[in-house]
Amino acid sequence: MIDLQLLALLATPLTGGIVLAVFGSRSWAAELNSLMSGCTFVASVLLTIAVIDSGPQVAFKEQFFIDQFNVFLVALTAFVAFTTSLFSRPYMRIEQHHGKLSTSMLHLYYSMYQLFTFAMLVALTTNNMGIIWVAMEAATLTTVLLVSLYRTPASLEAAWKYFILCGVGIALALFGTILLYFAAERVLGDGGTALLWTHLNEVKGSLEPTVLKLAFVFLLVGYGTKIGLVPLHSWLPDAHAEGPTPVSAVLSGLLLNVALCAVMRSKVLVDGSLGNHFAGNLMMGFGLLSVVVAALFLSRQKDIKRMFAYSSIEHMGLITFAFGMGGQVATFAALLHMTMHSLTKSAIFFTVGHAVQKMGTQQMDRIRGLMHVSPTVGWGLMLGTFAILGMPPFGVFASEFLIITTAMHDYPWTTPILVAALGIAFAAIFGRVQPMVFGETSAKSLPHPPALIPVFIHLLLVLILGLYMPDYLAGWYRQAAALLG
Amino acid sequence: MRNPEQIFAILFQLTQLLLVVLAAPLLTGWVNQCQAWLQNRSGAGVLQPYRVLHKLFHKDALIADNASWLFRITPYIVFGCMWLAAAIIPIIAVDLPFSRAADVIALVGVFALARMFIALAAMDIGTSFGSMGARREMLVSFLAEPALLMVLFTSSLISHSTQLTHIVETFAHYKFILYPSLAFASVAFVMILLAENARIPVDNPSTHLELTMIHEAMILEYSARHLALIEWAASLKLFAYISIGIALFLPHGIIGVGNWAGLPLAVGLLLGKLMLAGAGLALLEAMMAKMRIFRAPEFLGTAFLLAVLGLLIHFLLGA
Amino acid sequence: MQIPLILQFVNLLASLLLLVVFAMLAQRRILSLINLFAWQGGILALSTFVVAYSTAQHHLYYSAGLTLILKVLLLPWLLHRLIRKLNVRWDVETLINIPTTMLVGIGLVIFSFNLAAPISQLSEGITRGLIGIALASVLLSLLMMLTRRKAVSQVVAFLSLENSLFFAATSATQGMPLVVEFGIALDVLVATFIFGIFFFQIRETFESLDITNMEKLKDD
Repeated sequence: MIDLQLLALLATPLTGGIVLAVFGSRSWAAELNSLMSGCTFVASVLLTIAVIDSGPQVAFKEQFFIDQFNVFLVALTAFVAFTTSLFSRPYMRIEQHHGKLSTSMLHLYYSMYQLFTFAMLVALTTNNMGIIWVAMEAATLTTVLLVSLYRTPASLEAAWKYFILCGVGIALALFGTILLYFAAERVLGDGGTALLWTHLNEVKGSLEPTVLKLAFVFLLVGYGTKIGLVPLHSWLPDAHAEGPTPVSAVLSGLLLNVALCAVMRSKVLVDGSLGNHFAGNLMMGFGLLSVVVAALFLSRQKDIKRMFAYSSIEHMGLITFAFGMGGQVATFAALLHMTMHSLTKSAIFFTVGHAVQKMGTQQMDRIRGLMHVSPTVGWGLMLGTFAILGMPPFGVFASEFLIITTAMHDYPWTTPILVAALGIAFAAIFGRVQPMVFGETSAKSLPHPPALIPVFIHLLLVLILGLYMPDYLAGWYRQAAALLG
Repeated sequence: MRNPEQIFAILFQLTQLLLVVLAAPLLTGWVNQCQAWLQNRSGAGVLQPYRVLHKLFHKDALIADNASWLFRITPYIVFGCMWLAAAIIPIIAVDLPFSRAADVIALVGVFALARMFIALAAMDIGTSFGSMGARREMLVSFLAEPALLMVLFTSSLISHSTQLTHIVETFAHYKFILYPSLAFASVAFVMILLAENARIPVDNPSTHLELTMIHEAMILEYSARHLALIEWAASLKLFAYISIGIALFLPHGIIGVGNWAGLPLAVGLLLGKLMLAGAGLALLEAMMAKMRIFRAPEFLGTAFLLAVLGLLIHFLLGA
Repeated sequence: MQIPLILQFVNLLASLLLLVVFAMLAQRRILSLINLFAWQGGILALSTFVVAYSTAQHHLYYSAGLTLILKVLLLPWLLHRLIRKLNVRWDVETLINIPTTMLVGIGLVIFSFNLAAPISQLSEGITRGLIGIALASVLLSLLMMLTRRKAVSQVVAFLSLENSLFFAATSATQGMPLVVEFGIALDVLVATFIFGIFFFQIRETFESLDITNMEKLKDD
């Protein structure tokens, strides 16, 4: 039974959110935030062990369902949420010190951070397609408040755009969910079971194909807005650039994954019903478009956080594309890439956060000589950039390599497009980061020491996974890939 | 006449012909009287239109020097068209000899013919008011006509016929069914009725303010019997439109040919419906304000939108 | 062909819902927009109630009650209060003129009816076409969102979108599981509160609720 672990996993961030809503302005709120995130991580590890031991299972009257696919995302989410909370403790203190944040804003931040984690974990673990939607909307609402934390005109604008666009997107996803229910009701009858994924999965062959086709279009467009797929991506760079850096890190590293998880759950059902590659083709199309457009936009960015936000769009596009291709290898590669991207991108945002704090600007033209100001930040950014660009020893290389070779095998015409886009992205990012790290600067090194342990933990993990993947981990990915087909 | 059935039919038709032409001014009078009551005036009585007509017929007609034959002939044509239109709409009985011949699209054509003549006549004498009125009238009708057609199409689709008689028969004998499409169509129809008959939100029949008038601007040059005929035609037009409304949306109580026994009841019902419709019209006008002429396209656009929505909903819901 | 009167009534309500969305699309005044939104909620509650009665599903009564309280009373009241507090009783400005919007709207209705046609043929008579109407309302609300310039009217459009979806959930599919409906309602409520907070912040920062002021963040 996994009830206990699951309860711990979900109850911890919820309690944290409530407790921090009350005590968020105390001096120990940051520590409590990290503690709660740490406990969530421990619970996720326990849950993972239980699921690996005993296979997929449902819990709490079938309302929750854990299999290898989502437990892997749960572990990843809890881990990155934990490291981000570690990073945000000193980071937010410095922001407060600089006068950019007040105590009441921090209060809101801590509380929303926990609730955001809670919403994501619910979205990942629930078995109910309706609840996935509710949790995604809840995650949107909490992050809207987080993005607008600084209360500057730019951050309000970003949050408003985010709210409206994701509101629209998520509404479309709800319509997709309703259509799904409409189809399921005819097979499973009224009542509570018709939206449970496990039940739907059993009868997916007899679900009405025309309805599911339409439903999937809505679900993909809807959740795709949250994934940041082009053309519904315009909220993403704004939200990443204007929100606090820890929020950018969790948005990029986690929320996008959760939305993708929802899409994958729907894809399994649609594939079962349609029996063709319709869903896959759609995802490939959106994914490819996102990769290309994001790569082209990368070189035009002036703001460092915006640039890495576009890089997130690019990578999410790549993952969507890989999932769309389907098949064991591509899915395996997509799962691997999801992990690598989460770890690397959050690490990059951590370093970027410190770099921006040191330089006092997000404009890349004015960030120079990070290596001189603080070698840790400089090396962190450089290594992170190497990792995200898919340089060989890092894990991203392995996953990107797998994706491209599969594409070469199954859909050869996409390979030149993908390779060209990745090349453009490489040139754009590397060309920007290099002078930032090694250029000349007059800035003095600042008194506060950077808190970059999480960065190096993440990068180390990415490096290790790139060099050597433990058997049990590979097996785990393989099982998850088998589930998704 | 070999067949008593046919004789009855012709008798019925003649009754209706006579009835509409005589009753039309009464309806106008009734609407005006209701308006007067709503405005807390005592009003001139429902018979006032007859008095006006009587007065006008006894005057000497004055015609502009540069008026052509078109100007002289127009009142007769307009009157004839409206009389015909009012006569072919089944209001008391179905299966009349005339109404067999005319369907809803022809009906719209008859209205269009009258409108064309009156607009040409207005421009014929070359006054600026006449041309302006004609232009505005054309603008309004250009927008109202497609909307009217859409309304008629919706009912035709439901009854599978463009024959007004057939539509009425279908509706009158159905069991009670809620037709969302007809609900839309009826609202659109009321809006078109207001616009086409120069009623308040679009035009104001009782004003001669040059900035706003449409219908009155076109007939400023007419006098005496010509004016009488045009006024009478206007009454007939209102009567015809209200009859179409009744035929499409409230046909219950209409009788078949030869049913002499049912005639009093049918006439009574018709009278009741007409009175109700007239009072409703007055009430509508009392509640609304005249809008700027530039808003008229929007008003009619809304009518068109409603009619199209009705049509679409019919296609989707099959009802 | 002959369907029960009660379901004809649902059809009628569905058509009215579409009509109200169109009316909102054409509406120039912000207060009338909110009143129309309340009407929409009323129609929604009524149709949910009728469906609950005709299918004897008790949980739909709760949804109907929830809709009545939340969408007819609470949200319009909140919006009215906001408008009063922010003192924004101005006319709504649209980006495209209204007749064009209407024409685009008709196009959207035709599009969604076409899209829903195969689905309508699936369902057995009773609620065929409702999905199409719900989809049309969703798309029209989206259109409203795109064409409005003021933050408040965008929010009303968002809520109308939510209403249309709720209509799809309760009437076309005869009710999602209650827990889902409850979650959705809660999210909408929270969203509205956040919108409210936003209004104040936006007005404080930009000194206006016109979102055309918010065009700084662009990729050059």
